[in-house]
Amino acid sequence: MSGFSLSTPQSAVTRSYRSQFDRLIRRMFWAFSALPLFLAVSILSALWVKSQPILVAHPLAELLLGSAWKPQRGEFGFLPFISGTIWVTVVALVIAVPVCLLTAIYLSEYASGRLQRLIKPLLDLLAAIPSVIYGVWGVLVIGPWVQHSIAPFLSQWSHIFPIFTATNPTGYSILAGGMVLAVMIAPFMIAIAYEVFQTVPLGLRQASLALGATRWQTVKYAVLPKAISGIVASLILGCSRALGETMAVLMVVGNVPQIPRSIFDAAYPLPALIANNYGEMMSIPLYDAALMTASLTLLVMVLGLNLFSILTLRHVLREKK
Amino acid sequence: MRWKWQYLEEKFMQGLMLLSFGLILLSLLLILFTIVSKGLPSLSWEMISQTPKGGFYLGKEGGILNAIIGSLYLALGGTLIALLFAFPLALLLNIYLSQRLWADIVRLSLDILWGIPSIVYGAFGFTLMIFLGWRASLLGGILTLALLEFPIMARAMDEVIRRVPPDLPRAAYALGSTNLETAFLVLTRQILPGIATAILLAFGRGIGDAASVLFTAGYTDRIPNSLFSPAASLPLAVFFQLGTPFPEVQQRAYSAALILTVIVLGVSLTSRWLSHVLDRYSIH
Repeated sequence: MSGFSLSTPQSAVTRSYRSQFDRLIRRMFWAFSALPLFLAVSILSALWVKSQPILVAHPLAELLLGSAWKPQRGEFGFLPFISGTIWVTVVALVIAVPVCLLTAIYLSEYASGRLQRLIKPLLDLLAAIPSVIYGVWGVLVIGPWVQHSIAPFLSQWSHIFPIFTATNPTGYSILAGGMVLAVMIAPFMIAIAYEVFQTVPLGLRQASLALGATRWQTVKYAVLPKAISGIVASLILGCSRALGETMAVLMVVGNVPQIPRSIFDAAYPLPALIANNYGEMMSIPLYDAALMTASLTLLVMVLGLNLFSILTLRHVLREKK
Repeated sequence: MRWKWQYLEEKFMQGLMLLSFGLILLSLLLILFTIVSKGLPSLSWEMISQTPKGGFYLGKEGGILNAIIGSLYLALGGTLIALLFAFPLALLLNIYLSQRLWADIVRLSLDILWGIPSIVYGAFGFTLMIFLGWRASLLGGILTLALLEFPIMARAMDEVIRRVPPDLPRAAYALGSTNLETAFLVLTRQILPGIATAILLAFGRGIGDAASVLFTAGYTDRIPNSLFSPAASLPLAVFFQLGTPFPEVQQRAYSAALILTVIVLGVSLTSRWLSHVLDRYSIH
């Protein structure tokens, strides 16, 4: 950084080099900034190309709706895996959504400023715990708990609610997977829902409280309706997290390729299918294409949910600024 | 009588909220307690200073040094490569493309990449490696992790840069600096805490991720001695060794889980501390 006076020819030349360099980088940056889009497109197209062999051999409907999974005999039905994914995710959401919503409301509307400042690092910490650690916890704590306490207790009502039928003697079940997943996605959903609640203008709350509403009535009639689109988006984002989660679920869900009938049945979600079979797929024809189709199916499900919730959240969180 | 119902409802909902909040805290404590109470008794000097003897799945002797070193190599390599791409992208995105449609598309693509499950990254990385004729190797694992960490890092940095007051670059421009100089000499200094946080966030995500290195880095008893040899990792050490019927081998899984948790929580705490320290170079 020499040459403080701009009037000397020397510095005029330097400046022009500098701005030429700047212009050069600017031009190159257009190509560089396409990298994320390029990556997203190439992941999608790589999976698409690699799953072509099986998509050509079998119609898509037969693959997605077939329930027989016998790779040796050339039967590839994804229905057990897709339904397993959906079961586990739905159980996780049923547990996580009310708890997360109430926690987010508490933190945003009731908690003191000090607690609010403390909670962000804590949620970050929870979100940072790797999924295998949740898996270990699931194997050691949740599995036995489901096996010895929850399953015997809930199956008393199985003649009224068939989804509580306990025919699986182990604790490795949809419920165990769903519970572990619920704890995993909770910090994520709470953090985003909290952020969404914070965007609701303070004046709205003040107006409601001034009319004599209680704090809960304020939440119910003023804050929630204003925040509802962002809240739904944050829940959907949590849902797509749950769909793609592999290790923790794989360790506790039992991995039996069947169409589940009760929350105590074992299931075999799509990510677990991919993780468990990748090593051995090479020897069987079409097997690798089948696993690629499984990845593609998973990716399409996650992408659809994500696109919707990202665009909604972007709109909601930007209104604040 | 109406006020009484309101009061009851208020108290009831407050109770439910406290219950939910307590449940979340309890789960966190329970997880940490499980990991520590299982991991601490199995931890010994032998555990962290030796590689497994007689195979990681069957051998009853030795420790998990292979996984500790392997994980550090994988995560450090992945973070470094991700940083090389994420930092210039995030910085120049805000300098050259602020407030434009294309910038929105770039951010949307990053968000989409962030949401892709790590098992899909693993499958994609594996496909690429077959295409190139590579076997499961340290390099494959590093590149897949870099792919996974890149959007996390870029987006975290981008969020910090967007919060820089616009007067700062304006002042730099007024002094005659070019776009590039403003970006790399002025803005970078201002967002130093954010950069540190973003790097550590991505590192923590990388070191804990199992699904993406499952096929790409493989698993081995040995410490990798080149980029093309397979590498063990802590999450996979937990996953593989927990599933054996031998208690001695399971001890290794518990130790690996404890070490992994300590690393990840340590990284998270360090990033808070570091962003505090580096904050003194920022203008408020």
